[in-house]
Parts: sequence; C-alpha cells; structure tokens
Amino acid sequence: MTFTKLLASAALVAGMATAAFADGDDKTKLGFVFVGPVGDGGWTYEHNVARLAVEEEFGDKVETVFVESVAEGPDSERVMTQMALDGADLIFTTSFGYMDPTINVAAKFPDVKFEHATGYKRADNVSTYGARFYEGRAVQGHIAGKMTKSNTVGYIGSYPIPEVIRGINSAFIHARKANPDVQFKIVWAYTWFDPAKEADAAKVLIEQGADVILQHTDSTAPQAAAQEAGNVITFGQASDMAQYAPKPRVSSIIDNWAPYYIERTKAVMDGTWESKDTWGGIGTGMVGIGDITDAVPADVKAEAEALRDSIGSGEYQPFTGPLKKKDGSDWLAEGENPDDQALLQMNFYVEGIQDDIPQ
Amino acid sequence: MISLVKRPEPSRVFSLAAPLLAVLATFVFGGLLFAALGKDPFLAIRTIFWEPLFGEFAFYYRPQLLIKGAPLVLVAIGLSLGFKAGIWNIGAEGQYIMGALFGAGAGLAFYPAQSVFIFPLMVLAGAFGGWIWAMIPAVLRVKFGTNEILVSLMLVYVAEQFLASMSLGLLKNPEGFGFPGSRNLQQYASAHNAELIAGTGMHWGVVAALIAVIFAYVLLARHRLGFAIRVTGDAPRAARFSGVNPTRLVLFCLGTSGLLAGLAGMFEVAGPSGQVTIDFNVGYGFTAIIVAFLGRLHPVGILLAGGLMALTYIGGDIAQSKLGLPAAAIQVFQGMLLFFLLAFDLFTNYRPRIGRAEVA
Repeated sequence: MTFTKLLASAALVAGMATAAFADGDDKTKLGFVFVGPVGDGGWTYEHNVARLAVEEEFGDKVETVFVESVAEGPDSERVMTQMALDGADLIFTTSFGYMDPTINVAAKFPDVKFEHATGYKRADNVSTYGARFYEGRAVQGHIAGKMTKSNTVGYIGSYPIPEVIRGINSAFIHARKANPDVQFKIVWAYTWFDPAKEADAAKVLIEQGADVILQHTDSTAPQAAAQEAGNVITFGQASDMAQYAPKPRVSSIIDNWAPYYIERTKAVMDGTWESKDTWGGIGTGMVGIGDITDAVPADVKAEAEALRDSIGSGEYQPFTGPLKKKDGSDWLAEGENPDDQALLQMNFYVEGIQDDIPQ
Repeated sequence: MISLVKRPEPSRVFSLAAPLLAVLATFVFGGLLFAALGKDPFLAIRTIFWEPLFGEFAFYYRPQLLIKGAPLVLVAIGLSLGFKAGIWNIGAEGQYIMGALFGAGAGLAFYPAQSVFIFPLMVLAGAFGGWIWAMIPAVLRVKFGTNEILVSLMLVYVAEQFLASMSLGLLKNPEGFGFPGSRNLQQYASAHNAELIAGTGMHWGVVAALIAVIFAYVLLARHRLGFAIRVTGDAPRAARFSGVNPTRLVLFCLGTSGLLAGLAGMFEVAGPSGQVTIDFNVGYGFTAIIVAFLGRLHPVGILLAGGLMALTYIGGDIAQSKLGLPAAAIQVFQGMLLFFLLAFDLFTNYRPRIGRAEVA
C-alpha cells in the first residue's frame, strides 16, 4: 500500500511539474470554487462580487476563472486540481466542506497558493479566512428582540457547525437582552443553498408563530416567504438582499470579501504571500451591517447602530460574561471574553435556548 | 399532418440508433445554446468531450473518468435488472448512503487497529447496508402490495437524515473540533480504498463495476433468472404462465440493486470521498437512473453510458472554468441528452407517417 502510494505521488508530481512549466504567461491567474450559483443573491454572489473587484483593481494583470455549484467532496478536489493544472497561482475555495479537498490538492501543488474560507486546516500554501458574522448577529438579535410581537424568533440553520451555532448564540443573547421573553425556534435545512428547502423552513417557522426570521442559508427564498406571509421581518444574509427592503428585510449582514481578495492577490504578485489565518469583523470592514430600514422604530435603530459601532470599535464583544451554557454550567465569568480558539470550536447553546443541537 | 403508427415489431435499428441520434441532437441544440450564450459552440463541445480524454491534462482527467463513472455504472447495473422486469427502484441514492454508512461504520469501529480483514469486512457491511435498505420496499411490496417507487424514493430522505445524524453524532471525528464529519478513511490505511495501480484512478469500486457488468451480462444472456427478468418485463402474464415467481423476482431485483448501490457508496466513502459528511451523497443514485436508460438497460450500454455521463460532468466543469460557461448551461446540456434519448426512443416502437391518417 505504501509503495503504490509513493508511486502515485511520484507520478502526479512529475506530471504536475510539467504542467506548471507549461504556464508561461506572466498574468496572475486566480481560481474560485463556489458552492452555489453566482446568482444565489447571497454567499456565492458576494464572493463573485469580490472576484470582479479583483479584476477591476488589477485589470489585465490578472485573469480569473470560476466554477459554480461544486459539490463538496471529490468533485471539488477535481475542480481545484483542474484549476491548478491550468496554471492558477492562487485558488479561493469558498465553502467549509472544501477543507480536506483543499489540503489534499495543495499538497500536490506546492507552488500554488490556496485560500480556504471558514475552515481551520492550514498548510504552507494554504491560508484560511473567515468573518466574525456573529458580530452582525448581535445587531440582528437586538432588532429581533425589540421587534417581535409573538416573542418567537425563527432561525433557519444550515449545518450545526460552530460557525452557525456561534451566530445563533450571539443573536439569542442580544435578543434576550432586548426582550427577556423571547424564544428561538430553530430549523436545520442541511444545505447552504436550496431555495425550495429554505422557503419550506421559513413557512414552517412562520406557521409556528415566528414573526422574525433569521437565516444562515444563502438564498432569498426565506425573504420571499416572509413577504408573502405579511407581518414577518427578515434580515439579508451574506448579501444585502435590498430588493426585499424596507420590509420584510429590515437590515442585513453583508460579507465584504473584496479588500481581502485584493490584498491576497497583491501578496501573490509581490511574492510576499504567507500562510495565515484571517478573521475579520465589523471593525475591519469584512462584516457590514446593511441599512436599517424605516420599518424599525427610530429608537431601536439608534440602539442597533450604537451596538454595531461599539462592536466595531472593539469596545464591546458580543460574547461577554456572565454567560452560562444551556446545560446550566458556567461558561464565562463576569466581564470575561472567550478567546478565538473557544469561539472557533463552539458547539453548545447558551442558557435559555429551548432546543438541542442535532446529534 | 404527421401521425405516429405503432410498429408491429420494435425496430432493432432504432433501438441502437436512438442513443447516437440523441447525442448528435444534443450536440446540435447544445451548440446552439452555447452560441446563444456568446461562446464558440465548437470550442465548448470540444472542451466537454475532447479535453478530458485527449487534452493537455488527460493524464489527470482519464483516471477521474473512472472515479466518476464507476459508481454510476455500479448503481445503474443494479437498477437495470429491476427496470427490465418492471420493478422500479428509484431510491438507489438512499441505498448508496446506507452502504457508505455501514461500510464506514464497520471500518471506523476498529480504528486505529490495522488489519487486512478490515477492508473486506467493510465491503460486506456496505453491501449489506444497501441490500437491507432496498429490502424495505421489497418486503412491503410483496407482503402488502405497496408501491416500491414511492417507498424507495421516500427512504432516500430517511437515509439522508441518518447520514446527517451519523455525521453529527456516532461517526463524528472525535478530533474534529466539534465539526460534523467522520474521520478521513484515506488516512486509515486498513480502511482506505486506495488506487490499485498508482495514478490510474483504478480503485476497488471500478473493479466491482466491471465485474457487475460481466455478471449482469451473463445473467441476462445465459441464466434462467435473467430469462425470468426479461420475460416479466416484456409480458407479465406470459411470465406467470411460464412459472416465474414474481415474489422472488421482486426480492431479487430490489435486493441486488440495493446491494450494488450500497457497494458503490462504500467504495466512494472509503476512497475518493474519504469521509462521511452531511452532504456526502451527490446524486449518483438518481443520475444512475439516466445512465441505465441511456445504456438501454443493457450491461455494455450502461458501461458506455456511465462513461459518457462522467465525461459530461468532468468536461462540463472544465468548460465552466475555461470558457466561463454557467453551471446551469451544462445542466441543460446534460438534460438535453436524456430528453432527446426519450424522444428518439419513441421511434423504436412507433414510426412517423407524413400525410393524412388512413381510415381503418
């Protein structure tokens, strides 16, 4: 088994080395692997906006290619390999599930740089990057708590991974602060992008009395469902989703990847690219809070904006003790903040959420 | 006026020509679609069909064709047996998932022990997982006369829930920082379905697919059971009179297709995929239905059709990246293939007549 493996890597490296030589031009070539279609109006859409911003910034010094709707698993590994073979210098893999494939392909192409979004595995030629969406969730939670009349907030989860659980906790903590009677109902869609499933989830939540819907999925389908239902408010996810403003969409979290993509492309051009982990938030501009519409009363809007600014300036951290875990055990003492490692691995609900993380 | 007249005998010529005509028509109309999108249609079709086989990086894509095609062929062979006999297993996707879960579960139960017996055990477990999942619609049909189409399809969604539950619970990697997904079997030598010859893409799943093709061919051409399958599909009443036991046939056809789908899932999870994750399944079980029909439910045809489907997937991704074709255009292109196949299939049993319909 070891011998065949050795042969395999030797054959691949030999083949791929020639491939790398074949790429003669001096344009910097960027590849983007997308989990949804670029027209999803959310997550992938924003990554594509950033891709276009890179093209805008560097003009004909760069060439970008992308493949959309790539399944996480062997298919993504093939697409990345294909981009590397075609001479890509830097490849952005923009979904959590591309983690192991990215590491596998990166090992075969030591001269190609990889940027994996939202993961935790790095290598000499693999960086990771993500955004502190939970900071934006705090603002949404505050508005949700103030705005709900049924005291029921619906939450469409994608997958029960730490990133999503962090968002739920952050939104819940701040909704409770604004309204001690608020309850969260959480539905798991087990997809990042599936308009039909997302719409169903939104309808179920609305039927169960939710008049605020938060989503961690990528399409605008929940917005449409809320609009149809009438008195339900929503928040744009990943992208502004302004076409649903001023109502149901009352605000949004906007992923702003462009500055990071431009910075990393520049680093590859200058030869200064290094493997690192970047986690930007409201402060660095990676997380933007979309315009809060007039559907929100002026005082609530002012509070939400103050919360946004205090998080942005670093004055306030959304996870600040005293906080307990759902099982009643202590998590953070008075005034204590978790470190990034603890945030990255968060796999529990905070006290008060009447639900269980699926096992 | 054009009317259709039923042929007294199905046309053998058309039965064989239909797939070729379908491919040609797909080229023409797909080309028009690409042209309408502002891309060079010849370049696009060349990229999809030529690049993976003979392009600059064919050394990488050819093995990928085997990796992508093997599960399709393996599942489609199983489905074709039932389809021939009018037994419709639509839930191969679920059986594929269960095979992967049973297979991976059997392997991970022994982690980190190393033994040559682990992989064969996983193969057995994977086959069993797929088989038992298919036996649910089979037994329900023979005992209670339920519709196997609905039951098998619904069980796909049940299997998906199991998959999510296993990725988040029982099979979750204890060293995965709380993220869903099992340990990577590629890093567990005893359980890894590695390439048999380096750089060829040839793993045990490919071998199993080839064996399944031969097995199905012999079964249908030479064996009494194969005769029973064919005659049941062509003339159910005649089959009854010639002593075919319909109960046994349902159990056999659904069981075999489940078993093969389970094997495909097991080989995939232990090899190319490596991990049980929430969205481990990418639709092989459904695509295999297309492959089975594209291959005329004939083992050799399925082998070719599986290769063709794999080609459109791999070539489609290349075309997206190289030419900037949208993913939806590629999917439409693949859809055209099945659409035209079904359209031309009509002429196997009917012939068109131009002019006024005669009064009988």
